[in-house]
Parts: sequence; C-alpha cells; structure tokens
Amino acid sequence: MQAFEYANPSTVDEALGLLGSTWEEANILAGGTDLLSLMKEYIHTPKRVVNIKNLKDLGGISKTGSGLRIGANVTLAELAANADVRSEYPALAQAAMGVSSMQIRNMGTVGGDLCQRPRCWYFRNGFGLLAMKDGKSLVPGGQNEFHAIFPAGQAYFVSASTLGPPLIALGAKVKIASKSGPREVELEKFFVAPKDDKSREVDLKPNEIVTEILVPSGSGIRSATYEVHQKDALDWPLAAAAVALTMKGSQVGRARIVLGHVGPTPVVASRAASSLNGKSVSEAIAEQAARAAVAGAKPLSQNGYKVQLARVAVKRAILAAMA
Amino acid sequence: MGSKRDSDIQKKPKTGFSRRGFMRGVGLGGGAIGTALLEKEAVAAPPPAAAASGPGEVPISLWVNGKEHKLNVEPRVTLLDALRDHLSYTGAKRVCDRGTCGACTVILDGKAVYACSVLAIDAQGRKIQTVEGLSQGSELHPVMKAFVHHDAQQCGFCTPGFVVAAKAFLDEHPNPSDDQVRDGLGGNLCRCGTYVGIRQAVLEAAKGMRG
Amino acid sequence: MPDYKWPAMDKRRVMGKPIERIDGPEKASGRAKYSTDIKLPNMLYGMLLTSPYAHAKVRSIDVSQAEKIPGVKGVTVIAGPGTELQWQGAEIAAVAAEREELALDAVRAIKVDYEVLNDHFVREEDFAKAQAAQKVQPSGEVVTGDPDQAFKEAEVVSEGEYGIPVLTHCCLESHGQTLAWNGEKMEYFPSTQNVSGIAGDLAKQLEIPAEQIHAHQDHMGGGFGSKFQSDRWAAEAAKLSKGAGGRPVRLHLDRRTELQIAGCRPSFFGKIKLGAKKDGTITAWDSTTWSTGGLGGGGLNAQLMPYVYREVPNRRINHSSIVTHTGGARAWRAPNHPQVSFLTCSAMDDLAAKLRLDPLELFIKNANYTARANVYVSQLKKAAEMVNWKSNWHQRGDSGTGPIKRGLGIGVGTWQGLGHNATCKATIHPDGGVEVELGSQDLGTGTRTIIKQVASESLGVPMKDIKLNIGDNRYPVAGASGGSTTVGGVSAATRKATLNALEKLFEAVAGGLGAPAAELEAVDGKIQVKGNPSKSMTWKEACRKIGVTPITATGENNNRFPGGLIDGGVGGVQIADVNVDVETGVVKINKIAVAQDCGLIINPKTAASQCYGAVIMSVCGALMEERVMDAQTGVFLNAEMEFYKLAGIKDIGDIEVHLDIVPEYDARGVIGLGEPPVVPGIAAIANAVTNAIGVRVPTIPLTPRRVLDALAANERRRS
Repeated sequence: MQAFEYANPSTVDEALGLLGSTWEEANILAGGTDLLSLMKEYIHTPKRVVNIKNLKDLGGISKTGSGLRIGANVTLAELAANADVRSEYPALAQAAMGVSSMQIRNMGTVGGDLCQRPRCWYFRNGFGLLAMKDGKSLVPGGQNEFHAIFPAGQAYFVSASTLGPPLIALGAKVKIASKSGPREVELEKFFVAPKDDKSREVDLKPNEIVTEILVPSGSGIRSATYEVHQKDALDWPLAAAAVALTMKGSQVGRARIVLGHVGPTPVVASRAASSLNGKSVSEAIAEQAARAAVAGAKPLSQNGYKVQLARVAVKRAILAAMA
Repeated sequence: MGSKRDSDIQKKPKTGFSRRGFMRGVGLGGGAIGTALLEKEAVAAPPPAAAASGPGEVPISLWVNGKEHKLNVEPRVTLLDALRDHLSYTGAKRVCDRGTCGACTVILDGKAVYACSVLAIDAQGRKIQTVEGLSQGSELHPVMKAFVHHDAQQCGFCTPGFVVAAKAFLDEHPNPSDDQVRDGLGGNLCRCGTYVGIRQAVLEAAKGMRG
Repeated sequence: MPDYKWPAMDKRRVMGKPIERIDGPEKASGRAKYSTDIKLPNMLYGMLLTSPYAHAKVRSIDVSQAEKIPGVKGVTVIAGPGTELQWQGAEIAAVAAEREELALDAVRAIKVDYEVLNDHFVREEDFAKAQAAQKVQPSGEVVTGDPDQAFKEAEVVSEGEYGIPVLTHCCLESHGQTLAWNGEKMEYFPSTQNVSGIAGDLAKQLEIPAEQIHAHQDHMGGGFGSKFQSDRWAAEAAKLSKGAGGRPVRLHLDRRTELQIAGCRPSFFGKIKLGAKKDGTITAWDSTTWSTGGLGGGGLNAQLMPYVYREVPNRRINHSSIVTHTGGARAWRAPNHPQVSFLTCSAMDDLAAKLRLDPLELFIKNANYTARANVYVSQLKKAAEMVNWKSNWHQRGDSGTGPIKRGLGIGVGTWQGLGHNATCKATIHPDGGVEVELGSQDLGTGTRTIIKQVASESLGVPMKDIKLNIGDNRYPVAGASGGSTTVGGVSAATRKATLNALEKLFEAVAGGLGAPAAELEAVDGKIQVKGNPSKSMTWKEACRKIGVTPITATGENNNRFPGGLIDGGVGGVQIADVNVDVETGVVKINKIAVAQDCGLIINPKTAASQCYGAVIMSVCGALMEERVMDAQTGVFLNAEMEFYKLAGIKDIGDIEVHLDIVPEYDARGVIGLGEPPVVPGIAAIANAVTNAIGVRVPTIPLTPRRVLDALAANERRRS
C-alpha cells in the first residue's frame, strides 16, 4: 500500500469535506474488503482514506412509508438477518447469503457491494480497467472465461456487485450525498459501462458518498436470486439472475429480471421480463423467458458456457420466486 | 498499558470515557451502528474525528484480548500486521492477504473478520479478540480441544484462523447441524486438507460449549 | 545387538493407537511459532523486487532512490544490467528496512529499465503452437514389444485426449526465512522440509562452512515438495543482514510471488491409444504426451505409463518437454504420479465405455499387469463396496433424465516410500528422564507424535515422559521429508536408538534383578524379568543404577537396508461418487472411498488425516485448481487465492478411508503415507464425471466451463 492519511469523520458533511475532486486525492473506506486489496496491489493509490463507518445516518434498515431504507453501511450479515428483508425481499437476503464467507458478510457493506471494483484479472494485475494494450483490450484474445457475455464497447469485465441485480429488480434507488446536496439515482442507472480506463463503472464522483438505498415496497412481489457458483465456499458467481415478479392473482402482473456477472453492469433483461407479463409461471414459461434473457449475448472465445449459465440462472430464479 | 481481562473492561470503561461521552465523541446517535455499539461498552478512546492522521506513524491504541496496547503505526498498517509485527499476537497468519483465505480471522466487536482487510487505526475503540485470547492460560478453549481431539490440523497454519472462525460461528449457532457447519465456515481455506476433522471438531465443540 | 523387530500387533501398547498429535494444542491455540512468526530484537523486514515480465532483459537498475528512504538498511541487486529475466516473478533485487511498509516503498523506488522481449511463450496445452514457437524438446521414443502388430490384432482400439494443467504448491506459509548473523555464525529460521540439510545448502550459496549456520524450525506451514532448498531469497536475506551489521532479517515471499516462483507441478497433456480384446484385456498401448516444468523443460516422467498397469506387453511411448517462460517446477506431493494416473485411468475407463464393460471389471481383469495384483483386486473390490458400486454404477451416460447426473469412477495409484537415512540419539538420564533427538521435521504429518510413540513402545515409558527434540540441525542428521520416506526413516532409527540405549540400561540393572540383561524387558514403566512382573523395578529405580553419566545410544536407518522394520511400495484405489448438474456444469462430490495399502500403521488417527488431506488436494486438482497464464503478456493471471481456487469445507463431500490394518500388511513394516493417497483421486473424480455426463471432459480441472463445453461439443457431434 502507498502511504496515505487517514480521516475518520463523524458526519456526512465532514466526510464530504475530506474527499477530493479526483480518485487520487481520496478514497472512501467502508468494509475494507475490496479497497484494501486494491491499495495493496497499487491499483488504488489515494493520498487520503476517509473512513465512513462512523458516519451517522449511514446505518440501519428501516421501513418507510414507501418501502425500505437501507443504510449504505449496513453489512451483508445485517441485511441477510433482517426480518423485513427476509420476508419481503428474499432475493436480497439470498444474494447476501451467496457471499459464502461469514467474515466478508460481517465486514462488507451494502454501499461497498455496489461500489466495489471488478474482479477482472487483467484489471487486478495492473492492466487497467479495460485492459488496454496497444490500443485494444487484452480480454478478447486472452483468458476470458469469467468475462462478459454482454460486453459494452471495450468493457469486457463483469460487475462484481452481488446486490446490484436484486436491488435493480426490486426497483431500488441510491441516495448520494455531495456538497451540492443529495441526489437520488435509479440503481439501474447508477451502474455505467465505462468508456475509458479512467472512468468508473458507477455514477459516483470522487467527492460523493452513497448514503442509503431505497427499495420500494415489496408487498405483492415475489423475488429470488439464483447464483451459479462453482464452489460452495467463498467464490465469485459465474453468473447470476435476480427476478422480482409483481403478482396479479396467480399471474405475473409485472416482472423484472436482472442478470449479474455477465456484463460490465448488471444487465436488465426487459424483453425476458415482459414475456412473463400476464402469464402463470410454468417451467416452460420460465425457460422461454430465460432464453429471451440471453438472446443478445455476445460471448467471447472462452465464455460461451456463461450464456447457458445465465439462462439457467434466470429460469431457476423465476421458479424459485414462485416456489 | 493495562492488563485487564474483558470482563473487567465490560464493567469499567478505561480512560475515564463515559459511554455517553464516547457516543458524542464519535457522533453516533441512532441507527444500527449506533445501537450495536451502545450494546457494548466503549473499550478505549475513540479514534480522532475529522482531522486526518498520517501518512507517517501515528499513535494508536488497540484493545486486544482485554489489554490495551499503545503503538505507533502508519495508517496503512493493517490490523493483522499490527497484531503480528507491532504486538506479539502471531496466531493470526498472513496467507492470502486479500480477504479470501481466513487465516487472519479475528473477532472484532463480537464478529469474525479478516484482519488483513482492516486498518489497525480503524480498529481503535473496538474489542479485538485473537486466538490467543480464547484460551484461559494453559486451558484450551473447547473449540481448540475439539480440534486436537479430531486431528483437525496438519501443518497448522490455517488452524488458528479456523479456530477463531469456528468460535465466532458457534457463538451465533450454538446448536449447528453438520450442514450449517459446512455452510458456516466457507470463509476459511486449508491446503493440507483438514476439513473432515474440522467438521467433527466444530460439532463436538458445540456440544461442549452448550455444556 | 537387541532384536529390533516390532512387537507383535496384539502386544503393542502405544504404537497402533489413535493418539492425538502431541503438538496439536500448540497449533490449535495459536502458540506454535512458524518461521514467519519469528520476531527478533532489532529485526529488519526484507522484501524482493521481482520481474513483472515473463521475459525481459535488465538494461539498467538504479537503487539510489530506494537507499535514500529513511529506515532502509540495505539493498542488494540480484539481476544486474544485462541479466535476462526468464519468468514473471524472477528475483531482481532485495531490500531490508526497519518496517515492512518502508521495505515496500524501497522496492517500489527501485528503477529498472527493462528491454521487454517478445519471446515469452507460457501456454503449452496446444502442442502445435508449442511446435510453431520452437519450444518442444522431444525425449525420444521408447518401444516395448510390438505395438504395431498388437494394434493390428486388437479387437478394439480406443483413443482419447487428456490434459492436466500446471498446479502450484500454494503453501499457506510462504517460502522464506528469518535469520541473523552473530559474527561469523548465523542463526537461521527457515520454513523447510529439510532441517538437517538446508543449512548446508545455504552455506554453499554463501560460500561459507556449513557448520557456521545453525538452522532451527519448530513448525512449518506446508511444503508439499517445494521446501527442500534454501533458495535465492535466503542468500539475499543473509547478505542484507550482514550488510546491516548482523541485524536479523525476516524475508518471506508475498502471495503473488509465492505462486509465481516457489514451485509448481508439471502439466501433462497427450493422446493415448489402447488396443484390447473384447473381454477388456489390454494388449497394446501408445501414448504421445507433452508437459512443461517451466523454462528448464522436463519435469515429468512419461515412462511411468501405463501407470500401475505397467506390464501391458506392447507399448510405444513418446514424450516431449515444452519450454515455457514460467517459474520452475518442483517436486509436488507424489511427483509424476497424479498426472500419469489421471491419463492412464482415463484411457482405461474410456476403453471400458467403448466395450460397454463395467470399468471395475476391466480394472480387475487387467490386474496381472500390476506389481501386486492381489492387493489391487482386493482394494478395487473394497472401494467398490464402500460406494455400493453394484447398485450405483451404470453404463456411461445412462444417468436418468433430471439435470443432476450421478456417476462413479475409479483411480489407482502406487508409491515406493521406504525410509530416508536417519540417525536418532536416545539418552536415558539417571533421574529417569528420556530424550530422543533427530534432525527431522514435522510438516504436519504427525512425525513428532509417531517418534514418541515408537520410543514409548520401545522403552515402556509413557509418551509424556519422553522429551523429543527435532527441528534443529544440531541434532543427529535425518533426511529431508520427501517421497513419504520420513515415517520409515525416523521410526526405524528411533526404534534402534531406544533399544540400543535400553540394552545398556538392562546391563546396568541385570545384577540387581538377578537375571542376565538379555532376559529383561521394559514394560509399563518397569524393568522386569521377561514375563515375570514380580521380579521388577520401576523405571526410575532402574535409571538410578546408571550412575552419574547418562546412557546414550544411537540408531540408524539406512534406506538401502530397511532391515524388516520398514518397507516400500504400496497400492491404492479410490472411487469417486459425484453429482453433476448438466445445466450448470457444476460438479459436487458425494463421496470418495479410499482403499489404501499402508503397511504397519503407527498412528491410525494421523494416518487417516494423511488420506483425508490427500483426497481433498485431489478434489482441488480435479475440479478447480489451475495456473492461468496469459499468452499475450506472459502474466500469471491468478497468482492469488481467489481465482487460484482451492476447495473449502463444503466442497469435498464425504470421505471414507479404509486402511488394511491386518497382520498380513502389518508384517511389511512401516510405510510412508504422505504420497500414496494423493495419487488416485483426480483420475477417480474425472472418471466419475465422465460416467455421470456420458462424455469425456478432456482437460481438468472440471470447471463448469469445461463440463458444459464438452457436453456442447458432444451435442454438435451427434447432430
């Protein structure tokens, strides 16, 4: 790690005052499970680290008039254990438990999960976010078995976020604090495919802080997350799908399907979702939606199998939501 | 430098900080974090607030196994390295150093965490329990006894991390099934392959700890 | 001379008992100190600068900025201008500083001007590419019998392609040492499998007499064959320490470097053709294989094939080594064997499938080709019984309609073992104390425990009353712990030393007991006339008769003359029972059954642990572990522990071990068990997956990608 100064603010305003206008000036430390690794690899070399664990208002899960408010500092363990989450948003609890390490669940935060950097091994080996060498990405001609089947431009990495897919499926927004005041962003739009190595994969400026996540009411919604893991022990999913089905009696009124670990952002499968509208879910209907979800996939040389994994994940998530 | 055991600290916060004062000091009012901390006692002076520390060495204070330790570290020093190199708690091991293998597991405010992924400066004011703090003198903790009994160790390098993780796991699951043990300890890795013994040991330790 | 032979099985009081490992409490409590835990007063922290490139030349190197960093106490240059760096991770320079962070800053401050060379061939699985890159070194054809004629006459010919990539050792305690000079003498705390020999190895690097180095190690965090030598980093640490006036230096590799350069297991790829009769009798073998062991090439002995089934009468074997710009291979638990087992057993399983024969029958039918047919046949039957083969086996691919397919598969193995040379010194003190000393090491295999069991059995003194000294090169020389030779070497040497000492004690007390020394025995803390407990004295009373000078005696094991106490050469069979989700390609182990020939077992508890651990390593190798190299840049992409995947506690299924602890095997004497059980597992798992999904996945590890790709390829072939 490069030496840095450490700040431990107690209010959001103090924290905002400590952040800089570039990523080189300051980084935000929450659970630490990703940031410290990035710093040890000299991928992040901030001059200042701002600990936000002691910020008031960033903790807690509470019901609001319109749904659920999840503080950005809520840990995965707290999320998975929360009774409201478990009963109303099973997709969220399942995704949190998909992180098969008690230690990571105890440390990692909801905000951190959304803002963590990709695990792309070219990125982690110092080749930059897009792994560019001599004007083109190393990924298509390299070891790409874990990479995107829905790449965006030169972005072949996959979003590492575990909670992104279920939260997007559930229609969540993120609340972001900045010196010019708070703003709210649809989570779907919070994830962005970067155009160059200097950009980030989330809509967050260096001087902004994700403070909370707002999830609309889950009543009447059936949801599930299905992740394909090779290992039962701590391991990144190879593909994942989260679904949220707003039911009208025994039929699907409105569906949301979001794929994880298949593109540089969570991938919203709108056509697959709308194929479920007005239907009673059966295995055949779920399979049909699953096929639609991967219809536009553009696999690389080694990751064609992920098309099938994503398809299976969608199907199993739909069936799990209805189970 | 204190030498109190955890139980003493629970009763009497050190350094004259009242609980209320501590909470004001770090500005915690409500929410889950505030509540979580309120349930425990503040065990040491809180870290300095908004003013930045470092990048050079700064004095910090850590509460490890009921003892206060004052040391000077750069902010970039992890809790793991502070425990191992600045203090003498070498039970936690540095293996992956990237929050994957669990060999560095310690208990922070009652929760198992990877010490390689916590900054030492950030562990101030929190209750740190290492493997050394689990046994009472020469009397092994029930988890350790069970590890010995079921030969849940070979080279032993991952073992302290597993013992601490198992202890933290059993605190939350005092009566686990075999399946829960398999699910619960997914954050630790062993290279020699001692998992068969570990499964048996954790189940046996659970019985022993329930009494 | 005493009669050294082991007591009869039913007469043993300590040996053969499942005794808890004696260093267990130290390890479980975190008190055990490893090389990486040693902190000496005034210690400096050492660190290496290593090559980011797989192939480059150092044009220039400037360490001046590093040296200027306050707290930096030394910089040594390993790869000076003009040096060609041949793999990523190659050592360039080393630094020592007051704190680890400063050492890191210093490493980052060293400026190296590299001439990056484009020739950085790192991926060998494609033979044609290796040939095109001119990286192939053929090792010549070996022909036995008349394979051409035999293939012509064969009733069936089965062909297949198989591959197993390079694995690393990934020792949890990385390689390195703590050391300090005291004048001309050095205190050296390595992490090693070779306590008696490693100081000499370092002395050679430093060009000093070996006796100047005192090596000591209580515990070590995994070696698996990669920790025999002192390595360049020890020499650099020694130089840095010397340069800092003898201040101690601790230097261990970081995880990335550990995986890059501290050892790996050679890959093995190839094509195998088998000729056979319709009844499954194999008549001909033809294999064309290649492997890489890094830049030096070589590293794999293809002549071990056909593996176990050695005596297939007609065979042709071709093998080539591929030179890659990757860190060099080192011995990896059972060198060669898991790879050749995987290729051989896969080919045999494919032959059985082609003939629609039960592979269990085919493995039994051909047992006459093995060195111990009766052992393998009984183990095949035993392991089959343990997985309920009769009711659970089905023809390849006939595994029902749901997405979860179950399959069974067989793997076989063998290992030589014997015992390394070792000398043990036993001391009996006049106060009754007993000391046993050897320059051996306990890698976590239970060496301490079994030495004490042997000494206790021989002297009739409880284990707790015996002081054992190992882990120091001041003790009598014992061999390095490799090749499953430790238990044989130390048990035989300890048996001899303790009985030699006991004989002297008998002589001292013979008069007092009114019987000749040869008529005495040591039992349960007493010396008595054989079979007559009424004529006895306690151990302590007996020892008081020694006088003031302790009794000392030594005992030696000489590998070439095991002398009945130890033996070598075992067989083992494992059968895997797996579930494969053919929609996701995810493989789950249900169970692995182990039937292992083991000789005399000193401690069934630690012996079982060796088997469990070995099987778990096989699960890692079969399903998830693999070094991933990027051909474009020469970079080792997963030199960490997230994507260099190791199995966790839930990933291993259930493991059932059957050791033949019966007089027939016991009579062979002690045989090491470190290597044997790590051999058959990969083949067994691969064959089980093939049985489940109906198609061979040619290359392991059997990741979802490979499983689904193989299924998709099969679909394409069919349609």
